[in-house]
Parts: sequence; C-alpha cells; structure tokens
Amino acid sequence: MTDGDAVIAEGYRRDDGRIGIRDVTVVVYLVECARAVADAIAVGVDDVHVIGFGGCYPSDYAHRMLERLCTHQNVGAAVLVSLGCEGFDRGALERTIAASGRPVTTLVIQDLGGTRTTVAAGRRWIAETRASSASHRAPLRWTDLVVGTICGGSDGTSGITANPVVGRVFDRLVAAGGTAIFEETGELIGCEHDMAGRAVTAALADEIVARVAKAARFYTEMGHGSFSPGNADGGLTTLEEKALGAYSKSGTGPIHGVVTPAQPVPGPGLYLLDVVPEGPPRWGYPNINDNAEIAELIAAGAHLVLFTTGRGSVVGSAVAPVVKVCANPETYRRMADDMDVDAGAVIEGRAGLDDVADELLTVIAATAAGRPTASEGLAHREFVLTYKSSEPAGPGCLPTRSGA
Amino acid sequence: MGRGAGHEPPALLLLAADDDVLIAVRDLDPGVHVASDGRPIEVLEPVRLGHKVAARPIRAGERVLRCGVPIGSLTADTAAGAWVHTHNLRSDYLPTFARRGGAQ
Repeated sequence: MTDGDAVIAEGYRRDDGRIGIRDVTVVVYLVECARAVADAIAVGVDDVHVIGFGGCYPSDYAHRMLERLCTHQNVGAAVLVSLGCEGFDRGALERTIAASGRPVTTLVIQDLGGTRTTVAAGRRWIAETRASSASHRAPLRWTDLVVGTICGGSDGTSGITANPVVGRVFDRLVAAGGTAIFEETGELIGCEHDMAGRAVTAALADEIVARVAKAARFYTEMGHGSFSPGNADGGLTTLEEKALGAYSKSGTGPIHGVVTPAQPVPGPGLYLLDVVPEGPPRWGYPNINDNAEIAELIAAGAHLVLFTTGRGSVVGSAVAPVVKVCANPETYRRMADDMDVDAGAVIEGRAGLDDVADELLTVIAATAAGRPTASEGLAHREFVLTYKSSEPAGPGCLPTRSGA
Repeated sequence: MGRGAGHEPPALLLLAADDDVLIAVRDLDPGVHVASDGRPIEVLEPVRLGHKVAARPIRAGERVLRCGVPIGSLTADTAAGAWVHTHNLRSDYLPTFARRGGAQ
C-alpha cells in the first residue's frame, strides 16, 4: 500500500463529504427504559444497530457521543426512541442529525401509546425510509480511511505479535496519507517519554506527558489500574509490561495530535485518544470495558477498529466493523471462528511481522469493501455508553497542520 | 524472527539484547531450552506460553528489563531459568490485581 490514492472500496457518500464503509440505520434508546423497544424495532432487520444511553440524568459527554455516532460516516439514518420523561435532550440530537442530511425520526413511547405501537411505528419508518432513499456510492481511498485500534484480553504474546503488526499497518497507513487512532492513556503508563519524542510539536509533547501523568493519578485514586486477572494468567505481570506491549500498536511514526472522546480527529495522521477524564475521579472508571473504548474510537471517526487479543475476545460493535487480530497461536486454534487474522504465526515462526501486516492490510481493504468480519458474521453488535466527564482537547493537542 | 530460519524456532525469545527476561513461545517443561540468541537456558519450572523466565540471576530490588524497558522490580532473589511473574515481580506504578488464588 504505497499509493494512498488507490481505490479500495465503493463506499457510501454522506453530505459532509465523508465516505462510509457500511450503511447502518441506528436505533437509539435515550434511556434504559426505552431499550427493549429499541431492540424490538431492530430485531431481524439487516444493518440496523442499537445504540443508546441508559441514564435518566442528562450527560454532556453522552450527548456528544451520540451526536458523533448518529452522524458517523457508516450511518445512513437514525431512529431515536424516548420513553418521554428522561433528561436526554432528544430535540437537540434530532436537529443535529437532520442538519447532517440524514433521515431521522423521534418516537416517544408515552405519546405513541406504549410498546407495540412504538415498535410498529419504528419498523414501518425504517422500511419506508429505506425504500425511498437511494444510497450515494463513491470510491473510498486509503487517504479517506480512519482506522482505530484497541487491545483486549492481552497476554504475554500481544506485545510480540499482534500489537507490532498493527503498528506496522499504522506506519504504512499514515505514510500513505490515511488516519490512525490509538488509545487509552491509562494503558500507556511508562511510555509517555517515548511518545513525547514522537510528537510533532513541543507543546504536544508536554500535553502527552501531562495526560499520562493524569491517567496514572486517576487510576491510583481508583486503586486499580487497567489490568485484569486474565492479563496475569496470560503472562503479563505489571501494568507497565502491559503498556509496553499495548504501545507497540501505535507504530513508530510521528504523533500528530491528541483528541478526547466525542472529539473528531482532524486527520490525516496518527492521533492518541485520551480516554481519561480531567480532574478528580467522577462517575467511576474511565471506561468500564473494551466496548466503551471501541465506541469512543468510532465516535472519533474510525471507519473500523483493529482489535488485538491474546486471551481471545469475541466482541464486535454497533456502527463500525471490528477486525480481530489474534496474538496467541493457541487461542487462534481454539477460537478461530471469532478471529480474522492469525498473528500468532509470528511466534511459531510461520510468518514474519511484515507478512502478517500485509495480510491485515488485505483484510482491512476487504472489510472496507463490505466483507463481514468474524464478529459481524457472528452478529456481535456490542455497545456501551456510560457517564463520564470529558472536555475537547485544546489547541496544544491539535497543532495546526498547514498543507494537510 | 523465525522467517526463513529453516529449523525449529527457539523456545524462548530474547526481545532486546540487554533484557533480563526471556519469553516462552510455547508451554515449556523444566529442562534445557534454546533461546533466540542461541543460548541454552535451563528452565527450572513449567512455564506457559507468553510467560517469562529470568535470563540471568537477578537480585531482589533490581529493575527488570523487557524489550529494553523496565517492567517492574523484583521482590525476591531469582535464579536464571526461574519463572518471573507476580510472585517475584511488582509494578513500580500500580499494584497488580489477580483473582483470589493469584495468577496462574
């Protein structure tokens, strides 16, 4: 992939110029009380995904996340499902989606007469909307593509195989003019000075060091780092050992900026998503599980997410495909149906890191062209969104990129 | 790493020249195994895929390097070839959490 202008797929053009790789209708519950109705609207209909927010009290973070997700390039239409009395500002969300040029409707269960009538109204709206709106196809190039990465269920092989494979893919994607996002400042503790050395400006370097220090403080106050018992079962002993492996997903190229959740990457380039809130811990852990982070990568603009795993995660996501890169060859043999790429071949001498990186680029192109990933084929559509305090990163985090 | 080696890949990986630990590339029984730098290492106890063994004798309190980067400090004197994990290595940042019964 040396030619970033090579066409890799026929995508879906949105009014803002972005090109999606899926044409998803999202059904959005605006409080947990509306979730079963949202699930019933979506059940059995292709390319309809359920996302939403469970809380009754309003949340600026959750509102911005749902704005970003409902106007994501992979999304073509949205159905908002409200119970009626929750705090979520459904009118503002509907206006934002409508302004993006997407068909949108809001169904208020209390006004429509309950579960059956709301489910019927939602299913009818989706059928009619799909029948009446033509999708606009457009070529998608590597330069259009935004790829996120996360590791989950890491073990002692992750930092040797799958994570450096993703790092090589990121180096090549960014060199070709594409966009890459890595994440989780709390899993980069110990790597901050190396990252700072890769920042494109001194101000950005200072921001990176300060944000990792913030993450270390946050997790210290919570009393528990981003480290699970399964990590230790798999041979990782300490948080900094896990971080060392996780960091290799970012490749070796310059870091162009830092964004916070629900803040879009200005692209192209390599960006760090800082998932840890400012200030003292409020609302609990920064992200309660891998899917909370996947949602934030997608909200930052990722078309798809590369998920490296050693122990063997099976999750996918609503809105964007998740590509599983399996680090551990024994896990791959045990869970092959859930995996897209066998990076454990490296540890057994069956392939080199560059061979597996070539294969992963091929899988990315095929996924962009519409081929279902393993998790998509198995109907994984996980989605998690909880309370968080979050502010967009300031100008020091996004240096002006003249000519970009 | 591995590609074109033409024979059995090594049992233990040395990720950087000055590293204090080697990584098992498959489940290993006690006995002599070959590391990726060609050194024979006598592994003293069963070690599972992805886990670490000491590349040299290491004293309590010493920082341990993996990939040339410190991953914590040893809490007990450890012989070359011994398993290095939560029982003898601790984080210099945050304590490691394991299920009751400890890491396996």
